[in-house]
Formats: sequence, structure tokens, C-alpha cells
Amino acid sequence: MNYLHDLNAFLPGVITGIAGLIAVVIDSYKDDHNAIYGLTVFSLLAGLALSIMDMVGPVGTAFSGMITYGGVSSFGNTVVLFGSLFCVLISREYLRAINHDFGEVYAMMLFGTTGMIALTMANNLIMIFIGIETMSICLYVLAGLISERKTGAESALKYFLLGAFSTGFLLYGMALLYGATGSMYLPEIAQAASSSMLFVAGAALLLIGFFFKISAVPFHMWTPDVYQGTPTTITAYMATASKSAAFVGLILVLSKMIPAATAEWAEVIEVIAILTMILGNLIALVQDNIKRMLAYSSIAHAGYLLVGLAAGTPEGYSAVLFYLLAYTIMNVGAFGVVAFYERQQGLDFTDINNYAGLGFKRPLMGVLLSFFLFSLAGIPPFVGFFGKYLVFAAAIDAGFIALAIVGVLASAASVYYYLRPMVYMYFRDPHKDVPIVQSGLIFRSALIVLAIMTVYFGIAFGDLHNLLASYYSGDWIALIGG
Amino acid sequence: MELLLNVCIYLPLIGIAGILAARNDKATKWISLIVTTATFLLSLPLLFNFDIANSATAQYLTEGNPILAGLDIKYLVGLDGLSLLLFMLTTLFGPIVILSSWDSVKKHLMGYYSMLLLLQTASMGVFASLDLIVFYVFFELSLIPMYFLIGIWGGKGRIHATVKFFVYTLVGSLIMLVGLIYVGYDAGAFIDGFQFTTDWRLLSSGAYQIGLVEQTYLFLAFALAFCIKVPLFPFHTWLPYAHTEAPTAGSVVLAAIMLKMGTYGLLRVCLPLFPNAFTEFAPYMATLAVIGIIYGALVAMVQKDVKKLVAYSSVSHLGFVVLGLFAFNTIAVQGALIQMINHGLSTGALFLIVGMIYDRTHTRDIKDYGGIAKVVPVFAVMFMIATLASIGLPGLNGFIGEFLILNGTFISDVIPQNAFVVFAAMGVILAAVYMLWMYQRVMFGPLKHEENEKLVDLNAREIGLLVPLVIFMVWIGIRPVDFTQYSEQQVQELLESSNEKKTAIRQSASEKELPEWASKLYDVTDELASKTQNK
Repeated sequence: MNYLHDLNAFLPGVITGIAGLIAVVIDSYKDDHNAIYGLTVFSLLAGLALSIMDMVGPVGTAFSGMITYGGVSSFGNTVVLFGSLFCVLISREYLRAINHDFGEVYAMMLFGTTGMIALTMANNLIMIFIGIETMSICLYVLAGLISERKTGAESALKYFLLGAFSTGFLLYGMALLYGATGSMYLPEIAQAASSSMLFVAGAALLLIGFFFKISAVPFHMWTPDVYQGTPTTITAYMATASKSAAFVGLILVLSKMIPAATAEWAEVIEVIAILTMILGNLIALVQDNIKRMLAYSSIAHAGYLLVGLAAGTPEGYSAVLFYLLAYTIMNVGAFGVVAFYERQQGLDFTDINNYAGLGFKRPLMGVLLSFFLFSLAGIPPFVGFFGKYLVFAAAIDAGFIALAIVGVLASAASVYYYLRPMVYMYFRDPHKDVPIVQSGLIFRSALIVLAIMTVYFGIAFGDLHNLLASYYSGDWIALIGG
Repeated sequence: MELLLNVCIYLPLIGIAGILAARNDKATKWISLIVTTATFLLSLPLLFNFDIANSATAQYLTEGNPILAGLDIKYLVGLDGLSLLLFMLTTLFGPIVILSSWDSVKKHLMGYYSMLLLLQTASMGVFASLDLIVFYVFFELSLIPMYFLIGIWGGKGRIHATVKFFVYTLVGSLIMLVGLIYVGYDAGAFIDGFQFTTDWRLLSSGAYQIGLVEQTYLFLAFALAFCIKVPLFPFHTWLPYAHTEAPTAGSVVLAAIMLKMGTYGLLRVCLPLFPNAFTEFAPYMATLAVIGIIYGALVAMVQKDVKKLVAYSSVSHLGFVVLGLFAFNTIAVQGALIQMINHGLSTGALFLIVGMIYDRTHTRDIKDYGGIAKVVPVFAVMFMIATLASIGLPGLNGFIGEFLILNGTFISDVIPQNAFVVFAAMGVILAAVYMLWMYQRVMFGPLKHEENEKLVDLNAREIGLLVPLVIFMVWIGIRPVDFTQYSEQQVQELLESSNEKKTAIRQSASEKELPEWASKLYDVTDELASKTQNK
């Protein structure tokens, strides 16, 4: 009975994990990517549906307190599965076009997603470690997918080495925390929290490990190169699903493990947030490669998300959760359109100069990219605006007015580079007559759905936000502590 | 009627859906024309049924439920004395801008008309919204279509112009957003069950008072955003580029409607929320306004390009509006409100006229014209009326606004020096100089260029879209009370309540500890001293 309850709690992860295993088996017997693709989409959909239902369901722990389900964890699963699903939907056509449509890609994405689910549901440091490692190892493999290209190999190696380095921090931090508190369970660590040197050092190292994963400055160096070298739809997966999972993990650590000490950590996070926002946005300004530009933009967005965490209030946490969904929607969309243009032959379509005039050649893709970029820039009524709004509002309410002003100014600067692709797409004439291929039905529909969501959640975000806020109402620390 | 207001605001969006469904250039034009005309006709009952005696209360109110638990942010639209005429101006310009582009825009028609329609919705939304977050959303939304209008259908320097316009405006409004969130949480304490509210009706009432120190910062944050939008000297540098490079319809909407969002924001938000800062900063703002008036006029005088000349005349004219607002009395504020309408009508008409002649000759250089009055007599008449209205000739609309503003500023308590009036009045003279001089060089004298001999006079479409503007120019000039009556009561009440609020805040402030700069700025040192003596 208890065993069933445990499995049931982890059901989204179980489904994706088993689907991944089946995918590997199918792949080794016959070269039928349709079956693998269908299986992947189906299992992610099933997991997504379950997670959405769990979002409003009860909250509790399973596997003897190793994981929590419901509430924040289920919302985290929803974002992760949503991101993974849409990345898979846009991947097939793109991978085929670049001749890298291997069955293992989908298996790796399924395993990676399972790791992310473990991370977002973690209630124990070991679980966090398992989740992060499962996720990261799959990502190392995926990053090196185009191994025959120099950038692909570089990207994979760089990601692997720095990832391993950051895991070292993470593990060392966990060891110190165990030494300081005698427990691996987040709520128990919170109870035994002290300001001893050991505890502070452990928590700091753990946070550094997370800062690597979410690419916060100064731990962001790997991001642009890895994002550039990885196949674009896989980059989307890295930038959204894995980053969201890491952020949910960070939220769990901050809100559960060190809630009492959050005020002290807030200053550290504030400094990191300011650095991340400023540096991410400033360097993005001078990028000519759209993938690198989106990489720096994702660094900047990590900064905005950290603003909500620095606030450390219930509003801050729920704002960050909402922002994660917004961020996932618009980033998958933006990378998706880039992946579409990249498929065209003849020119390097990650170079922004080659976007000249494309907006009118493929009007639908142009409009879609405009939606995603306006949303990323935080212009109302797109979802990106309300994400930013909620995060900055939480910061102002918590008294971090200077932080909010820095964030707002940084995002004002960001408008310039988000406008640039549109300037090229619409305001300039095309260089030469490049034949532009059609996009497939699934690819196109997925992007259209994402674009509609940028507007829908930009206007009708009330219910979702109220739900997220309810996770942190009342005695929420005790509640999520299980 | 509540429904009608919403229908007006969102009808253009349905038009966009129609355009996308039709996928046909000819149908696109007709759909846009029908939708904007319908919007205008549907907005007329809103004007006729407006209860003038109660202009201070918002009418046709639609109030949604708060969308976030604990945060009183809600869809709240309605019209009152401050917004009614600007809303009507927007709906009037809807069909006019569509008609003005009828033959002159030839590429990407679907995108072009969709953007115009989106702009229409956003502009109506700005004037109708009474929740400041909703206001902000529409305020920002209006940037997107204008960005594309200038960027795709603009002139040679369009990319620089449109990016400058977008980034400039956005920087201002993002800083305003921080202020807005602060005000929201601050005001949330005044209502039960909420931590946050941006309901204008509460914020503007005497019940909600902001301390002097906070007021200063918030006023500066909001005023910066609105002054960039107006644009007030020295924040005007984006305007000449945007105006010159924009297609005709873009310039018209920019001048007639979007610039008003700035002055409207100063009146709607800054005045009732931060009355102490508003009046204390009035001399400084008035100084900038007067500098803008003179500077705009002087720069306009030396322009070689007709469109740029009109653009700089906007800087000058809007200086008057800002001066009137900061004079802080009924006459001047009423003058400012009617001057917003006037500027919309006359500058809108001037941009239309410049566009019409540009369509024929493809040049805007004054030296390429001369003596064309004989060739195109109807055009000459229309141009003359718009020019005279813009100068402020008695009998036409411009005179009313400028007179009320100068009159109100003269008796203003918060702008004590009459030098402001003297210099501002010089702006009127300069306006006559640069406008008439330009008119003379374009229209009179010998016909210098042979190709101008074959110029075609205005056609029925072009006359048709100018005539309504001319009618209103004359109407406002002769019977301004027909227009000023809508806002009279509200302006009076708003100023009275703001004055009371101002006094109340001062009194409560003098009991508290103020930083030195604040007590100096607001001059509460005497009161503090008397308080301590009494103790």
C-alpha cells in the first residue's frame, strides 16, 4: 500500500522514466523514430496532465520524506514537463533537417526530464543531488549532439567540465551541511540551522552549485558557448526546462532549508541578482549571434528571477514560480523560431544580419518571434510583463526598492536587443534571395499555441497566480515542510 | 452604455481579426474604414448621454473583479470630464487616419492597417482606464504599433527614429512602473482586505495621502515618464526624428493622440496624487515649459523641411499645455485641456496636409515649393485654416486654449512670476512668424519649379477628411463653451480637493521629522518652529 502511494506521488517521473527505457529498447531493435517520438510526446503529455491535476491536489511527502508532492513541487513539474513537451514537439523537424534525428535524443530528454522532476520534488539533499545529476548528465550528452562540428564538441566539453566542477561545490556543501546539522532532510536542517561557520559554509557552497545551474553571474561563463554550440531546440530545453527545475530546487532550498536565515542570505542574493541583471543585459546588447543573444538574455532573466528570491516573501516565491512559466513559454517560442530560420540553407541563420527581410518572407514566423521578443522584453499585455511586474512588486513590497530600480533599468536596456531581430526582420531589405522552406504542421501549431499563451497568461493570469500565492499562504513553512 | 464603451475600445481588434481572415488588400482597407467609422459613430452616444452636471464622477463604468487575491488590480474603464473629449478625439481620428493612408501606403497593407487599428484600441484604452495598472498596460501597448508603423512604413532614417522613440519612452515608463507599484502598496493600506490598489478613484481622493518625502520621489518618477511622452524640453529629442520619419498616419496619431497621453497623465495622475510636489515643482516645470515654447519656436523657424517644422511646433505648443497644467487653477487647467484637443486638431491637420503634398511631389523641402497657391487653391485654403488655427488666431480654436492658459498662468498662485506669461506670449508671436513665413514660402511668390505647375488639387477623399477637422477648429474658436463644459466641474472639484489634500498633508507633515531638504523644499520650517514653541 505504502509503496503504491509512493509511486503514485512520483507518477509523472515514473512515466517519463519508463518511457525513456522503452525508447532505448525500441531504438536498439528497429530504426522507427515515429514510435519513439509518439511515445515521448504521449508520456510527457500524460505526465503534464497528472502534474496539472496535482497542482490543486493535496500536499504531502512520500518515500519516507525523500520527496514532496503537490503544491510547489507539482507546479515545478508542470513547468518542466510543459517545457520538455514543447521542446520535443519542435525538435523533430529541426533535428531531421540537420540530420541528427536520433532515437537517443528523445530517450535522453525523457531521462533528463525525470531528473528534473526528482529535483523539483526533492525534500532531501540526496534527492536534490540525484535530480541535478540525472538532469545534467543527459544534458551533457545532448549538448554534444553535433559532435562533428567544432562548436558542438566545445560546447559539450565545456558544459561537462564546468558542470562537474559545480557538482563538486554542491556535494561539498551538502557534506558540510550534514556535518553541521546531522541531517539530509531539508525541514530537519532548517530546525537545526545555526550560524556556525560550518553551516554557513555549507549553505554557501550549495547555493554556488545552484548558481552555476541557473547561470547567475559570476557563474555564468559556460552559458553562451554551450547555448551556441548545442542544437537550437536542445538549447531551448536547457534554457527552459532545466533552468526551471534548478530554480524550483533553489526555491525549495531557500524556503525550506534556510527560511529563518533568509534575511541574511537575501543580501547575497541581492548582489548576485544585480550583477546578473546588469551583466546579462549589457553583454546581450552587443551580440550579433541570436543564440548568444538569447543566452545572455536568459542570464538576465535569471537575474530577474533572483530578485523575487531576494525578496524572500510569499509574494516573492509565488512571483518567481509564475515567472518560471512565463519564461518557459517565451523562451521555447523564441528558440523555436530561431530553429525554424536556422533550417534554411545557404546562410548562417543564427547571425542576426541574415534576418534582414525575413519577417515578410515568412509572415507567420515573423509575427510569432515578435510576440516572444516583446514578451521577453516585458511589454504589456504579454506574459513577460506580468512576470516582471510580480517579481518587482514583491521586491518593492519587501523593501528592496533599489533592487527593483536596477532591475527596471536593466530591463529597459534589454528592450534594445530584443528589438534588434525585429528591426532586421521587418525594417531591412533581404540580402539575397534565399529560398525559405515551409514549417511543418506540428512545429507551427506548437509555436502558435505558445504565442497564444504569451497573450493569454498576460491577461488572464489571475487564477494561476492566486493558486501559486495559495501555496504560500497561512503557515506555509510548516505545510511544505511535510 | 457601459457595454458601448467597451465595444468602442475593442471593435478595432475585431477589425484586425477580420483583416487577417480576409487576406486581401482591398478588403483590408474597407474593413479598417468601416470599423473605425463604426467606432466613431458608436462613441457619439457616449458624448450625447454624458451627464455634464456630474462630470466629476466616472460614467459608463465597467468594473471587473480584482484579478489577484489580495491585490485590487481590476479592469476599470469609464469616462469622465478629463477623458471624454480626448476619447472622442481619438475616435474621430480613427477614420481620418485610415482615409489619409488610402492611396499613399502601398506595401504590406494588412500589417499596416492592423497596426493602425491596434493603436486605436490602445489609445482609447489609455484615456478610458481608471485603474492605473490598466492605464499602464494600454500606455505601453500603444508603443508596439507605433514602433512598427515608423519602422516599416517610415522614411529613410526610420530605424534610428523608431528605436530611439521606443527606448526613450520605455525607459521613462518603466521608472514610472516602480513608482506605480510603490503607490499601489502604499494605498493598499487604505482599503479593507487588500494590500494593493491602483483604483484612481481612491488614489485621487482626499483619503489617500502621501508623505512629502515619498511624494517628491514619486512625482519625479511619474513626471519623467509623462514629460518624455509629452515631450517637454529637454526630453524632446526623440520627437523630431519620429515625426519626420513616420508615415503620415503615424505622425498624425503621434501628434494628435499619443503626445496627449503625456499631458493627460500629468493631469490625471500627478496632480491629484502628489499635489504638494506638483505645486512645489510647478515653477521648475513651468520654466522647462517656457523654454520648450521658445526653443521649439526658434528651432522651427530655421527648419528647411516642412514636416520637421510642424514637429518642432508641437514641442512649442505642448509647452503651453504643460504650463497651463502647472498653473494649478481652473482657468489654466481648462485651457490646457482644450489646448490638448486644439493641438490634436490643428497639428493633426497640418501633418495630414504635409502628407498630401508629399504624396504628390515626394519632397518636403520648403525650397522645392513656392507659388503653388494658384495651382492648388483648395489645398491653399485648407492649409491656411490649419496654419491660422495653429498660430492661435482669434476666432479659431488655438486662440481659446492659449488665451485661457496665459490668463490662468497670470493669476496663478503657484507660478508667481509674470515673466513666465511674458515669455510664453512671445512664443505665440514666434509661432506666427515661423508658420506664416513657411506658408508664404510654400504658397506665395512666383512659381519657381516647373514640375509644380501640374500639381493636382485635393480630391474628394482628401477634402472629406480635412473638413471635419476644420469644422471643429471653427466651432471651438467660436463657441468654446460647448467643449469646455464637459470638464469644467471636474477640473474645479479636482483642484479644490487637491488643494485641501495639499494643506492636510503639509499639516500632518510638520508634526513629523522631515529631512532638511524636504522641509526646505516644502517650506515647512516655520510651522515646525511654531509647533516646538507651543510645546
